Amino acid sequence: MTPDAADKRDNSFALQDKLFAGTTQFFALLVLLTLLGIIASLFVGAWQTLVQTGPGFFTSGAWDPVRKAFGGLAPIWGTLITALIALLVGVPVSFGIAVFLTEMCPPILKRPLGTAVELLAAIPSIIYGMWGLFVFAPLFAETLQPLMINTLGKLPLVGILFQGTPMGFGVFTAGLILAVMIIPFIAAVMRDVFETTPPILKESAYGLGATTWEVVWNVVLPYTKAGVIGGIMLGLGRALGETMAVTFVIGNAYNISAQLFEPGNSIASALANEFNEASDPAHLSALITLGLTLFVLSFIVLAASRLMLAKLSAKEGKRT
Amino acid sequence: MSTTTRNAAAGGASPDNPIYRRRVWINRFNLAMSVGTMAFGMVFLLWILAVLFSKGFAAVGTAMFTQMTPPPGSDGGLANAIVGSLIIVGAAIFIATPIGILAGIYLAEVGRESKIARVTRFINDILLSAPSIVIGLFVYTMIVANVKHYSAWAGAVALAIIAVPVIVRQTENMLQLVPNSLREAAVALGAPQWRVVLMVTLRAVKGGVVTGVLLALARIAGETAPLLFTALNNQFWSTDLKAPMANLPVVIFQFAMSPYEEWQRLAWGGALLITLAVLLLNIVARTLFRQGKH
Repeated sequence: MTPDAADKRDNSFALQDKLFAGTTQFFALLVLLTLLGIIASLFVGAWQTLVQTGPGFFTSGAWDPVRKAFGGLAPIWGTLITALIALLVGVPVSFGIAVFLTEMCPPILKRPLGTAVELLAAIPSIIYGMWGLFVFAPLFAETLQPLMINTLGKLPLVGILFQGTPMGFGVFTAGLILAVMIIPFIAAVMRDVFETTPPILKESAYGLGATTWEVVWNVVLPYTKAGVIGGIMLGLGRALGETMAVTFVIGNAYNISAQLFEPGNSIASALANEFNEASDPAHLSALITLGLTLFVLSFIVLAASRLMLAKLSAKEGKRT
Repeated sequence: MSTTTRNAAAGGASPDNPIYRRRVWINRFNLAMSVGTMAFGMVFLLWILAVLFSKGFAAVGTAMFTQMTPPPGSDGGLANAIVGSLIIVGAAIFIATPIGILAGIYLAEVGRESKIARVTRFINDILLSAPSIVIGLFVYTMIVANVKHYSAWAGAVALAIIAVPVIVRQTENMLQLVPNSLREAAVALGAPQWRVVLMVTLRAVKGGVVTGVLLALARIAGETAPLLFTALNNQFWSTDLKAPMANLPVVIFQFAMSPYEEWQRLAWGGALLITLAVLLLNIVARTLFRQGKH
C-alpha cells in the first residue's frame, strides 16, 4: 500500500468512527430527551390548573368535576398512605427473606428460591389486582378484618386507624397488596447487596463468637446500609406509581380519612378511572397535574435510591 | 474488678450464662422469623398462581382463541385481543430494540465516563422504574391529543418507552463484561471502532443482549396502565395500527371490573395467558443468559 492510500484509509476510518460515535450518541440523547419530554409535556398539560388553582390544588380535598372544583389532596394522601403501609409490611418481610437467602438457605435451595422471588416480581401487576379483588378482599372482609376492628380498633390512639365497616376493599387492602408486590423487588436488592459483604468481615465476627443474627445485624447491615436504603427506596418508587394492583381494590372514593378500612383513591387509580371520561379541559388539566405530582414524587425517590446504590458500589470498587 | 471480668469472659460460652442464653434465644427467634418471612413470600406466590391456574384453565378453550370479545352478558373469546396484544407488543419491541442497543453501545463503548454518558446512565435507571401510567399520560399528550384519536401506534410508543431502559441497561452491563484485551486485539489489527464494536464486542455478548430484549418483552407484555390512554380498546377485529386496537391487558381490566360473569371468566383466561407468556419469557431469558456465561 502506498503511503497516500494509507492516509486516505485512515481518514475514511476517522470519518466512519465519527459517524458511529455520533449515531450512538444520538440514541443515548434520545433517552435523556424522553425524560425532558415527559416533564415538559406534563407541565404544559398541568399549566391551566397550576395557574388557576395554584398551590391550593395540593391542600384542598374537594374533587367535584361537575362543579369544577379540583383539589388533589385526597389522591395524594391515598398514594402516600398506601405506599407507607406497603413499606411497613414489606420492608421487614423483605429483610427476612434476604437474610434467609444469604445466611441460612441450604445451597441446593438457594437458586430455586431466589428464582421464585424474582418470578414473583415478574408477574404483571394486573394479576395482583384481580387476585386482590376476587380472592383476597372477600376473604379479608370475612375473617381478619372484623377481628382487627374488634381488637385493634378498640385500642386508644391507634384504634381510629382500624375502625370502619369490613368491606374487604379500601386503603388498607391496597397497601397490603402493594406490600406483596414490592417484597420481591426489595428482597432481591437486599440479597444482592448482602452478598457484597466481604466474607472476611463475617468470618472475623463469627470467630469472635457472634451468633448468625449478630453477624447480620452488626456486620452485614452496617456494611450494606446504603444499598439497603437504596433497595427500600426502589420499592417505595414502585409502590407510589403502581396503578393496576391498587385500582382494583382501593374503592375509588375521594376521601381523606384516618380510617384505613374506608375506600380511598390514589393518583394512579384516579388517572386510570377518570382520564378517558374527562372531556372538560379543566378536569383534564387537573388530572395531568396529579400525574405531574406523581412523576416528581417518584423521580425524587428513585433518584435518591440510585444515589444510595451507587454509593455502595463505589465502596466496593475501592476495596478490590 | 478484673477477676469478675475474667470470670464473665471465661463463662461466656457456658450455657448457664444468662447473657449467652439470651443471645442464643434472640438468634433463634430472629432466624425463625426469617424462615417465616420466606414461607410468607412463597405462600403468596403459590396462592396467586393456584388461583390463577384454577380460574384461568376453566376459561381456556378453543373458543377463546377463535371468537371475538363478546358484548356484555354473552359468551365469546379473546381472539382480537390476543392478536392486538401481539401486534402492539411486537411494534413496541421493534421500535425499542435498535434504540436500546445503540444507546447501550454508547454508554459502554463510546461515551464511557463522559458527562453525557453519566447523566444518561442515571436518567435511564430512573426511567427503568418510572410510573408506567405517567408514560401513558405523556404519550397521550404528545400523540393522541395531537392526532385527536387513540391508536395502536400510540400504545406501541408508550410500551417502547418502557422497554428501552431495560435494553439499554442490559446491553451496557453485558458490553462491560467484555475484556479490554479483546478490544485492543481488534484495534491492533487496524479495525475502526465501529467494526470493533459490531463485529467483536457486541458479538461476544450476543446472548446477553438477546436476554435483555426478552426481559423487556416480558416487562411490557403485561403492562396495562400505559395502554389505557393510548391504544384504548376495540370490541372488534382490527389490525389497523392507526385505530384503537383490542389488547389483552385492557380487556382484562375492563372485563374483571364488570359485573358480568362471562366477562370475568374471560378475564381470568386472559390473565393466565399473559402470566404464562411472561413467566416463559423470563425462564427462556434466564437459561439463555446462563448458557452465554459459560
